[in-house]
Amino acid sequence: MTDLAQPTGSPAAWPDTYGDEAKPRMGFFTDTSICIGCKACEVACKEWNLIPEDGLVWTGESYDNTSSLNANTWRHVTFVEQRKQMHLDPIDVESGDVATATREGGPQPLRWLMESDVCKHCTHAGCLDVCPTGALFRTEFGTVVVQEDVCNGCGYCVPACPFGVIDRRHLPRQAEDAPLLMDLLGKKEDGRVWKCTLCYDRLKGGHEPACAKACPTNSIQFGELDELRERAGKRLEKLQAERWNGARLYGHDAGDGVGGFGAFFLLLDEPEVYGLPPDPVVPTAHLPRLWKSTALAAAAMFVGLAAAFVGGGE
Amino acid sequence: MPGLGTSFGRGGATDHQQDLQNADVITIMGSNMAENHPVGFQWVMEARERGATVVHVDPRFTRTSAMATKHVGIRAGTDIAYLGGIVNYILSNDRHFEEYVKHFTNARVIVGEPFADTEDADGLFSGWDPEQSEYDVTTWQYDGTKVHAAAGKRGKGFAPGEGETEPGGGEPPAEDWTLQDPRCVFQILKRHYARYTPERVAEICGCSVEDFLWHCEELCRNSGRERTGSICYAVGWTQHTVGVQIIRTAAIIQLLLGNIGRPGGMILALRGHASIQGSTDIPTLYDLLPGYLTHPQTKDYGSLAAYVRATTPSNGFYGNADAYMVSLMKAWWGPNATEENDWCFDYLPRVDEDNSVYWTVGQMLEGNVKGYIIAGENPAIGSANGRAQRLALGRLEWLVVRDLVEIESASFWYDSPEVESGEVSPETIGTEVFFMPASSHLEKDGSFTNTQRLLQWHFRAVEPREDARSELWFYYQLGKKIQERLKDSEDPKDRPIQQLRWNYPTSGELEEPSAEAVLQEINGWDDRGQALASYTLLKADGSTSCGCWIYCGVYAGGTNMAARRVPHWEQAYVALQWGWAWPSNRHLIYNRASADPEGKPWSERKRLVWWDSEQAKWVGYDTPDFEADKPPSFRPQPDAHGPDAIGGDKPFIMQADGLGWLYAPQGLVDGPLPTHYEPHESPFDNPLYDQRANPARLQNDLAEDPSNPVAGEGGSDEYPYVVTTYRLTEHHTAGGMTRFTPYLSELQPQMFVEVHPDLAAERGLEHGGWATIVTARSAIEARVMVTDRMRPVTVAGKVHHQVGLPYHWGQRGLTTGGAANDLAHMTIEPNVNIQEVKAFTCDIRPGRRPRGPKLTELVAGKRAAAYAKRDGAERAEPESERWT
Amino acid sequence: MRLGEVLGSWPLVKQLREGDPLGLGKAAQSGASVRLQPRIASADTVAQSICPFCAVGCAQLAYVKDGKVIQVEGDPASPISRGRLCPKGAASKNMHDGPLREYKVKYRRPYGTHWEELELDQAMDMIADRIVETRNATWQETTEDGAPAHRTLGIGNLGGATLDNEENYLMKKLLTALGIVQVENQARI
Repeated sequence: MTDLAQPTGSPAAWPDTYGDEAKPRMGFFTDTSICIGCKACEVACKEWNLIPEDGLVWTGESYDNTSSLNANTWRHVTFVEQRKQMHLDPIDVESGDVATATREGGPQPLRWLMESDVCKHCTHAGCLDVCPTGALFRTEFGTVVVQEDVCNGCGYCVPACPFGVIDRRHLPRQAEDAPLLMDLLGKKEDGRVWKCTLCYDRLKGGHEPACAKACPTNSIQFGELDELRERAGKRLEKLQAERWNGARLYGHDAGDGVGGFGAFFLLLDEPEVYGLPPDPVVPTAHLPRLWKSTALAAAAMFVGLAAAFVGGGE
Repeated sequence: MPGLGTSFGRGGATDHQQDLQNADVITIMGSNMAENHPVGFQWVMEARERGATVVHVDPRFTRTSAMATKHVGIRAGTDIAYLGGIVNYILSNDRHFEEYVKHFTNARVIVGEPFADTEDADGLFSGWDPEQSEYDVTTWQYDGTKVHAAAGKRGKGFAPGEGETEPGGGEPPAEDWTLQDPRCVFQILKRHYARYTPERVAEICGCSVEDFLWHCEELCRNSGRERTGSICYAVGWTQHTVGVQIIRTAAIIQLLLGNIGRPGGMILALRGHASIQGSTDIPTLYDLLPGYLTHPQTKDYGSLAAYVRATTPSNGFYGNADAYMVSLMKAWWGPNATEENDWCFDYLPRVDEDNSVYWTVGQMLEGNVKGYIIAGENPAIGSANGRAQRLALGRLEWLVVRDLVEIESASFWYDSPEVESGEVSPETIGTEVFFMPASSHLEKDGSFTNTQRLLQWHFRAVEPREDARSELWFYYQLGKKIQERLKDSEDPKDRPIQQLRWNYPTSGELEEPSAEAVLQEINGWDDRGQALASYTLLKADGSTSCGCWIYCGVYAGGTNMAARRVPHWEQAYVALQWGWAWPSNRHLIYNRASADPEGKPWSERKRLVWWDSEQAKWVGYDTPDFEADKPPSFRPQPDAHGPDAIGGDKPFIMQADGLGWLYAPQGLVDGPLPTHYEPHESPFDNPLYDQRANPARLQNDLAEDPSNPVAGEGGSDEYPYVVTTYRLTEHHTAGGMTRFTPYLSELQPQMFVEVHPDLAAERGLEHGGWATIVTARSAIEARVMVTDRMRPVTVAGKVHHQVGLPYHWGQRGLTTGGAANDLAHMTIEPNVNIQEVKAFTCDIRPGRRPRGPKLTELVAGKRAAAYAKRDGAERAEPESERWT
Repeated sequence: MRLGEVLGSWPLVKQLREGDPLGLGKAAQSGASVRLQPRIASADTVAQSICPFCAVGCAQLAYVKDGKVIQVEGDPASPISRGRLCPKGAASKNMHDGPLREYKVKYRRPYGTHWEELELDQAMDMIADRIVETRNATWQETTEDGAPAHRTLGIGNLGGATLDNEENYLMKKLLTALGIVQVENQARI
């Protein structure tokens, strides 16, 4: 154990397996109250990670045309148009009824929520727990990364993610009325899974992730998770003092069903409004214990053989 | 940029973007800053986080509105009514910053007897000549003197050879410092806007009285010694037939509130292209020479000196315009430009009143223009009335298109909507087309001038591939080839090209000319060949050379100042060591106004530049935009001209009187004060005046550019909705750089039209389905986006819906779609000849547009139906000037 | 390879040796992950650039390897942009090397129905010829009223707001010397 250990909600295999190589746990704090929905994060992510374009599909879902996080979209900006006020009027605070509040003569209340979603890099990560090949692992930064040189595309991790983030790479989406493109016919992707790596390579080189670097308004903040959590708490206090309607933190709580997110959010409404699960639970909540027994049993079987080489191999 | 230029003296944003963080209130209007300038918008967010109020006034609720403290929705094209209402609020409640207004603006100046206001002539100023359809602008002059504006149509009302007319000593002869004289600017202003009451504003603009008053109060509350406010605008203001006057209204507000020249107080013109400011500074514009010198017209000026006096103020720093001009001629014709031949003044071709791009399109349609070069622009999609644009290209003899990709302006002859409809075909288009691949910014050295007048150098990262070349290469090599062809000519018309200084060092296999050598020429040299450090060193005796006087100093000391990149964390926030801002690396211009008349900061909080009496000079955080050693107490000699005519208490050093112009006695052709007119096409009457639209707007008689009938004419009900066009974050202008780019195409993959749910219900439009939008020019189709964001407005008691159209698409690229500009008309603004694409009328109907000849039938049929109704009715207003 | 190394790379052995019995952390790290470095670390050169889209003027860094741009991102040193970019700026490389970029001259003869190939130098010669011929044919020494003109109204030029100052300068200088006055760009504001 190093002194980097989290007081609570520390992920499995970090920092202990890294010893002195362990780094502080890094993460994102995505503050939607300053997100302008520009999608620079989506593009910067694709440019850096060389992610294929995911098809040209106009959805009509406000200004969102990439629709979801998936193997070809690792940052995704959600747009929500609401007949709600951005700030609570003092008179409405008492009743709490602000959703339909209108002032005489004024226009209908309207707000446009934007949120850049991303892999949560969960403290207890279902994808990581179920990966049978060791393709998914917890890095020295406490993040969860797929190693494409190891992944065999089994896809066990896909249903294990409570957020639907991790995904097998697919061919670009097609609009319903699009003619079949000849150059796509007969082509298949290899089916490996892909998701945000929190720019593992950039982190190793001392650079911040591409999305956070590009973000014009600093809605995506990258840093040591401890520090981000503290910053987020203060930010929430400020917004609440300014009567922001519905401001709350999401994934900030180490006691939640995934042990808190490595990439958490400040939202302005219920998570469901953004298409996020209100109370995510890692589906493998009981798996680690099971696997641990299995692993220990297996270890016992091989301990003698292994010890011979580990001890005297050099 | 005459809106800012006539008001303050220079046609550029008054401040740098970062200074927005110091604003106490920010009004974004005529701009969708969060979407179109997202990275600049970080400074708005910084201000908001520090407690500033952010107001977005716009017909649409956009990503900017979503970030603002409040969005105030208005009817497109009513900006002057709204802003004029703010002026009225300030004046009728005595909320102006009195000391600033008295000392630094022309509020105190008395206007001449001939001036009559629109309030007295039902929407027309004095001097209107109905036969010529233009104003006699001399009727707007000050009492007892004639002054030139520092920008705009500066030659108007001045005869060649008239000589110096500006007041000696710079002070207009008739003034009233009590601001009580009924003919002083302050009182004229008060009367002019008295009818722009909150109720009238709400009636015209469709906003609520409450929201409007709240905005007024936020502006006034954040004015004075301790507080400042900023206004950001973009082409949402300029692209109207009253565009320049909208900006003028903002200038009036900012002068009344005492914001210009002070930290956090500015008008930020948000420009849409990387070097759009640069391309007006070094103008690829017909009516200007580098550094905002007026391009000489087809008049006999007599001499270069006489032309300079006829077209620029003789007071302030334009008093030295002869030095700027002679230095320019030396940069172009070197030793061939001599005093004896009047510095080659006759080598300059002469322009007409209007040789602007829309005039040229008309000339192309009539077969008078034979050859055309397009470099980095896509008029087939980006200019108003795309059909007319494409037909015009098809009537050329030859066309050169230089771009990164094959844009519609290159492919029009085989895949335009007109080819699809069968109107034309490749077999009927005789234009010879050269498509020349261009270099990207990563493939060339050079400087861009950004929206805050900052020159920033970019270095070549890689060589261009195959035939791709920079414009620098193209025009240089082209010039060489033309010089070679004309070298033996004895025709006097070829002398300017034979004698042109046209030798730049080249390098590499491609023989790319050195951009740095060109920058050195722009900066200029003295007679010893040393790089000049400032435009104040330029001389009219031929001993200095300078390609653009306002850029003089960008190569001071032999250093490329535009390439400086001292990190922001190593310098103060003004960042004087990053790039180089014109003029003379001043980032917040007119910053003399950040100090009171005595030279002391108005307040500690808003301290920027002040007079240090011990050092006897102006000091501060920015480069003073003032003669460094001219004390606040300086008073000019009564016969002084040039900079010597500017007193130590006059911050607007380019102006003939050193003052900020609330009232513009010269420089604009459509009035000395902004007045609300309806757009050229509008379903509404003008509630303020019988004169409906800007009388000075420039219309045309082109068969290809019919107008929709308007309010007061029969047939306007055929086109009942106002359409406004715009950009999205994910695309850029006419799409040449983004529709062809995968990562951007997937973010906004299809043309769409935005409508409110009530309008959708009214017209049977289905979300996600298709709609066809029709005007007298054309019809396009788009996917339907039904959204609350297209907030309806209540105009004159009736709910009014507006239609929103992004204009990025065309028939080519990875994503294709209808071109919104196909719908727009070519009636233009009279000062800067810009199209009115932010407010015109249309009809919208469900379903896709017809294909083939049926498209033409739809448009023509509807037009005929509208015109049949119109012809039965009397025309409501006099014809305005027609430009063809 | 010695047997020890072979066995040592067996996941379980690795897990045990590295104190990662579940194989979720360091033990699962592949060789590629261990060696992973950001590709910008391998760039041969880094060019300071400026975003070519709007006029905010965000500073960019273009990383080059083997004569190719491998990454474009914001320059944190800029006082304006502080290293940030919008989606267009972030897509600069995608724009620069996009699938539809053209690298060859294309020529369409009058009434032609298709593009033809043309050598760059030949195209330049033909354009120079066209300008000289059209200028001669449409030259106007004076206006109809006898006022000085020294110009041709037969040729126009459009564009400039997307170009460098130096390019605009050469364009204006050359065309003015040629008497071409219809020189215009996007900046009609």
